[in-house]
Amino acid sequence: MSTPVPRSSGTGRGLLVAAIPYLWLVAFFLAPFVIVLRIALSDAATDQPPYAPHFPGISQLGEFLGALDLENFRLLGDDPLYWQSYLSSLRIAALTTLIALAIGYPLAYAMALAPKRWQGILLVLVILPFWTSFLIRVYAWIGILRPDGLLDMALMGIGLTAEPLRLLNTDTAVLIGMVYSYLPFMVLPLFSTLQKLDGTLLEAASDLGATPLTTFLTVTLPLSIPGILAGSALVFIPAIGEFVIPDLLGGSDTLMVGKVLWNEFFSNRDWPLASAVAIVLLVVLVLPLMLLQRARGQGEGSVR
Amino acid sequence: MDPRQERQVSRPEAGGRRASPGSVRRDFQPWNDPTAKPLVEFRNVTKRFGAVVAVDRLSLAIHQREFFALLGPSGCGKTTLMRMLAGFEQPDEGEILLDGVDITAVPPHKRPVNMMFQSYALFPHLSVGDNIAYGLKREGLPKAEIAARVEAMLGRVRLKGMEKRRPDQLSGGQRQRVALARALVKQPKLLLLDEPLGALDKKLREETQYELMDLQADLGLTFMVVTHDQDEAMTMADRMAVMDHGRLLQIAPPDLIYEAPASRFVAEFVGDINLIEGRVTAVAGDLVTLESKSAGVIELDEDAPSCRPGDAITVGLRPEKIALSHDEPGQANNKVAGEIWDIGYLGDMTMVQVMVGGDQGKLFKVSLTNRTRRIERPFAWEDKVWLSWDVEAGMVLAS
Repeated sequence: MSTPVPRSSGTGRGLLVAAIPYLWLVAFFLAPFVIVLRIALSDAATDQPPYAPHFPGISQLGEFLGALDLENFRLLGDDPLYWQSYLSSLRIAALTTLIALAIGYPLAYAMALAPKRWQGILLVLVILPFWTSFLIRVYAWIGILRPDGLLDMALMGIGLTAEPLRLLNTDTAVLIGMVYSYLPFMVLPLFSTLQKLDGTLLEAASDLGATPLTTFLTVTLPLSIPGILAGSALVFIPAIGEFVIPDLLGGSDTLMVGKVLWNEFFSNRDWPLASAVAIVLLVVLVLPLMLLQRARGQGEGSVR
Repeated sequence: MDPRQERQVSRPEAGGRRASPGSVRRDFQPWNDPTAKPLVEFRNVTKRFGAVVAVDRLSLAIHQREFFALLGPSGCGKTTLMRMLAGFEQPDEGEILLDGVDITAVPPHKRPVNMMFQSYALFPHLSVGDNIAYGLKREGLPKAEIAARVEAMLGRVRLKGMEKRRPDQLSGGQRQRVALARALVKQPKLLLLDEPLGALDKKLREETQYELMDLQADLGLTFMVVTHDQDEAMTMADRMAVMDHGRLLQIAPPDLIYEAPASRFVAEFVGDINLIEGRVTAVAGDLVTLESKSAGVIELDEDAPSCRPGDAITVGLRPEKIALSHDEPGQANNKVAGEIWDIGYLGDMTMVQVMVGGDQGKLFKVSLTNRTRRIERPFAWEDKVWLSWDVEAGMVLAS
């Protein structure tokens, strides 16, 4: 018989365990966020680090706070470059999500319908690209999409096109690269939802007179909505802030907020403006997620 | 409302459609009528899964308005048989007819057959009302008619006021009734029920059995129940089939299955039984005399016995057909002495195990109905007792 653990130390340890994720969030999310916010409220300066004012110490806190302002955010609203790049990012991310859903759903569905012994292999095939560096895989697309690259050679070889498509450095190339890169994040949650789908529900629908198409529309699709939402979030959120793909595959006119951020930060050395761009991006991403979460919570609430 | 009360109220209204409760509908025996056209016919149906033969050259006829039960151990092929009727499995050989039409190649959604699934398979994202309406919507019926039929069905299965709930807000018994309503509302020619009471607790199961029987009689539908629970099958069915290894061993009303089993497997599978091996010494008319190792000379009355002197046969003897006494019975045809080894008191009855023929002999099961509220039991362990039974009690079993 083991001696019972004293109650106080037990709850103390329990508190510690519960606190770890919060400590993690404070150290690696909240603290950096506060720093970025503070920079966003500062002004650019030729200084080291390149913004002003610097924190002078707790005694002059009032003056310090008075020197912070929202000017950078005002600039984001005034200059069309910024909100256009946000809109463009939203558009490309939304398109990426839709295309990934259109390709990923049938893929995940076929995987879920495949015999059990095949499913493991198919799953490995989906995550196999992660074995290679993301950067290298995007670079590889340059070789495929560039004029007289692999794609052009193949298409002209079988006589489908007469001249190079000139896809590289266009929004289309960005979309191709984004869909390619994020497809697994759509497929995996969809597969796990569809695989768990109770097969007898489909039999019941069919037994009650539903054609295969009706069964899909009235049973499979509504029951896979959680997977669709999870997959879409996993694609949409990283896609909106994506920098590498538009930088490598996009053209000079490809406007994405990740690229703008990079330019402000490294080319213009305007840390405060770059921070403001980042914070607006965060709000743009987090708000719809919070609304979604609340809607889902309410949906469940009405069920209970 | 207490379902028992409601049943008692509804019984007289049924207009005496059921002559008496239970499976005994004296006037209903279409299977004995050679001119009757069966509703469902299996003709030499075989179904294999790889090397396993799930259903083996099986033929079967089920009649209109019949309550048919398919009973068998798990893996006997009964579920496969039912799934072939619903259209989820295709037979490898043979054909299946419904109302005289070959439906072997008809997909499930075009069959006038509905199934109540063992897991109920209720759509979790739809309300009770939408679950029940699902099949009617697929028929493209007008909205008003769908609403009226759903409403009527909700009343019939006592779920009025629950139509807005989701399946996960219902109790097990309520879910069972939604599943039943969803299949019944389609007014199928044939309703298949896969272990319909399997997930319910004992009390609810007994109540629901009678509800199912009343529904079936009231609606005039044909029910086919698959179950591994013999009490369930015997209570509800007009006829039942005992299945094993993909074949039907016997198809008969429950009382015949119990009192005149076609084989040793059926006798052992349905109810308790004592088996006595012996050799026939004489056959005089219907009276068969045999010499057994475990119980000495036994006489039994068998209609047109097929055995001849010298044959080795197995005699089956149900525990409730045996009388138990301390004194040697005077004029019983069959009697044998033994010692009580075990007594199992079950409330309504007592199961007594009697060792006959010494320590290495044969253990006989005898059941005694506890008809009086006697607290002192007449029998105790290690009592020397006599077993006796009539000539009609024993039955010759084909192995």
